[in-house]
Amino acid sequence: MSDRGLVAVAMSGGLDSSVTAWLLAARGERVVGLSMLLWEGGGEPAHGRCCGALDLADARRVAAQVGIPHYTLEMAEEFRHDVVDPFVDDYLEGRTPSPCVRCNTFVKFDRLLERARRLGAARLATGHYARIVAGPEGPELHAAADPAKDQSYYLFELSAEVLARVELPLGELTKTEVRALARRAGLAVAGKGESMEVCFVSGSVREFVEREAVRRPGAAVALGQPARLIDRAGTPLGEGEPYYRYTVGQRRGLGVAAGERRYVLEVLPASATVVVGDAAALAAPGLAGERLSWIGTPPPGPIEARVKIRARHPGVDALIRPLDDGRFEVDFATPQRGVAPGQAAVFYRGTRILGGGWITGRLGAAPA
Amino acid sequence: MAVYFDHNATTPLDPRVREAMLPWLGERFGNPSSNHAFGQAARGAVETAREQVAALLGAASPLEVIFTGSGTEANNAVVLDALGRSDGAGHLVISSLEHPSVAAPLATPWGAAARVTRVAPDRRGVVAAEEVAAALRPDTVLAALMLANNEIGTLQPVEAVAAACRARGVPLLCDAVQAISKVPVDVQALGADYVTVAAHKFHGPLGAAALWVRGGAPFSPLLVGGSQERRRRASTVNVPAVVGFGAACELARAELGARARRLAALRDRFETGARRLLPGVVVHGEGAPRLPHTSSLAFPGVVNLDLMIRLDLAGYAVSIGAACASGKVEASPTLLSLGVPPEVATATLRVSFGAPNTEAEVDAFLPVLARAVAELATATAGGRR
Repeated sequence: MSDRGLVAVAMSGGLDSSVTAWLLAARGERVVGLSMLLWEGGGEPAHGRCCGALDLADARRVAAQVGIPHYTLEMAEEFRHDVVDPFVDDYLEGRTPSPCVRCNTFVKFDRLLERARRLGAARLATGHYARIVAGPEGPELHAAADPAKDQSYYLFELSAEVLARVELPLGELTKTEVRALARRAGLAVAGKGESMEVCFVSGSVREFVEREAVRRPGAAVALGQPARLIDRAGTPLGEGEPYYRYTVGQRRGLGVAAGERRYVLEVLPASATVVVGDAAALAAPGLAGERLSWIGTPPPGPIEARVKIRARHPGVDALIRPLDDGRFEVDFATPQRGVAPGQAAVFYRGTRILGGGWITGRLGAAPA
Repeated sequence: MAVYFDHNATTPLDPRVREAMLPWLGERFGNPSSNHAFGQAARGAVETAREQVAALLGAASPLEVIFTGSGTEANNAVVLDALGRSDGAGHLVISSLEHPSVAAPLATPWGAAARVTRVAPDRRGVVAAEEVAAALRPDTVLAALMLANNEIGTLQPVEAVAAACRARGVPLLCDAVQAISKVPVDVQALGADYVTVAAHKFHGPLGAAALWVRGGAPFSPLLVGGSQERRRRASTVNVPAVVGFGAACELARAELGARARRLAALRDRFETGARRLLPGVVVHGEGAPRLPHTSSLAFPGVVNLDLMIRLDLAGYAVSIGAACASGKVEASPTLLSLGVPPEVATATLRVSFGAPNTEAEVDAFLPVLARAVAELATATAGGRR
């Protein structure tokens, strides 16, 4: 084996990161497993939650099976700062939170890479389904070979510098193949399911947001106060749940008796108002965004790409127009429903991610 | 092969202790409470062990020794009993160096009404006997002062505190778990009323410990529901572990002086070398009477958890204080109570030597340590945001 130095594997105790550790060890790398203890507060710990304590025991078990050293790093303060607090802020400010993107960008890569470096590991491997490909101008981030499992959307904010130090061994594999590998290796977690929920919320999101909000000094919002529901013309439609229970595009919980389906068009925290409309009104010709980032060299001007406006969005052809101060606008080839502030807009060319940014609102006629 | 420098956490079994235990993990067995031949044989082995423990402690009678499952259990039993005798409302004087098993019962419902005076050590890590004496009150139901601290190894003035406690009629608990076998322990001379020791800290097995209770000192059992240990600790006795405990005590009694000299020489070699290679190093407990085998060193500028992991990856097992796998970088309350600044506390590593360690291991470790500290200091400084 050629000594490529120590590689750290982020181990959550789940199937994917366990197989990642096994694959690296099997190909003769010097591997150290690292688990992050991210969240202990609020609610019962549960299995299948990537930041929970229970899965740490699985991570330890797998590391022992694979025969690699394993350490737990407590990073709860960082997780709260980088992920949980912004999640609550988003709801209170009428945005749709994206905790998984933030967790990946700031915790799993930025901070964990830094800890790994301090421990003597120059490289970090994770069990994400995405591919890092050497390109002419540096590392490129591509969608996974298995489109059903592709997680590249969540990684769009990783810089080329970070990608150069990251390995994603599962990117070329399907979930079925990964599960088969786990069985072949006899890993203790071969039968484990997927973690789908927001990992730190074990009960209702509303209760979580309220519990967190009251902890804050000078919490301004009237917690628990019903939102005013109005239509696009401003006609009152009654009261709903508190406004922070609604996100753009949501259909449930509107409590409005109506013949046709109604959707949340806009959440206005200042007046605790939720604007409601039909599916047609949800469609927007484009979006405005901020905190634009590119993997590698930024393009000199407007650029065409396929844009995903949420994790499971199929993508739409669009023109991206960078503006000043990291702001940008996107014109869709066809109007898209559910342009939600707080979600990421991620730009693809073929399988490759060019960059992305954070949605602040829709372009075109305001819905109200 | 990895080198083990964490003997304050636990120690490998002495092969001679293992030999003594093996029959009781093999063909010999029995419940010491049974009246038949199997039980009698087991009972005999347990009572032999009791004599061996009593001999190491200098107890007036083996009957003063109660076998327990752990040092924690023994400490819990004494503190909870003191709380029980005072209906939970009494006053306790506890040094801030104590192991959590002494202080934690006060945070349970049984300790909710208790009042506690904590006595902090000086900067060297030694509690002043006069301060403990001054904290005693008419309603004090228990005082606790450990013989040697588990993190920094400093020895405490238990004899002087015991004299003060005796004069005031206050029972004294002395946790000797880290001290036993490294320094002479004579419970008669010590003057405490309760002394706790555990086998696995000196090359005996896990799962065997003892509480020595001075004849006449008040004591009600924590575990009830059986007549074992003269009704002072219900539970079927862990015969193999207790047999090993006895054997470890007998060996310690015979070899204590030689072991201590050898460990002190290793410790001094290590500390001298560390100072030479790493001029910024801080030696906690310096200038205080200390256990011969414990080094508590701070390397300002590094995070101890990162250093511990680096050393482990390099094949050296050391500790960042009390054994803890939580992964949290926390300043040790013990070090903080000495007045150590938090950033020095979180840069502190505990290296504790044991019988199997050699000079060659220490010599090989020193440059590895120096390199890890240097690399970590660079990486940490470079990574600050």
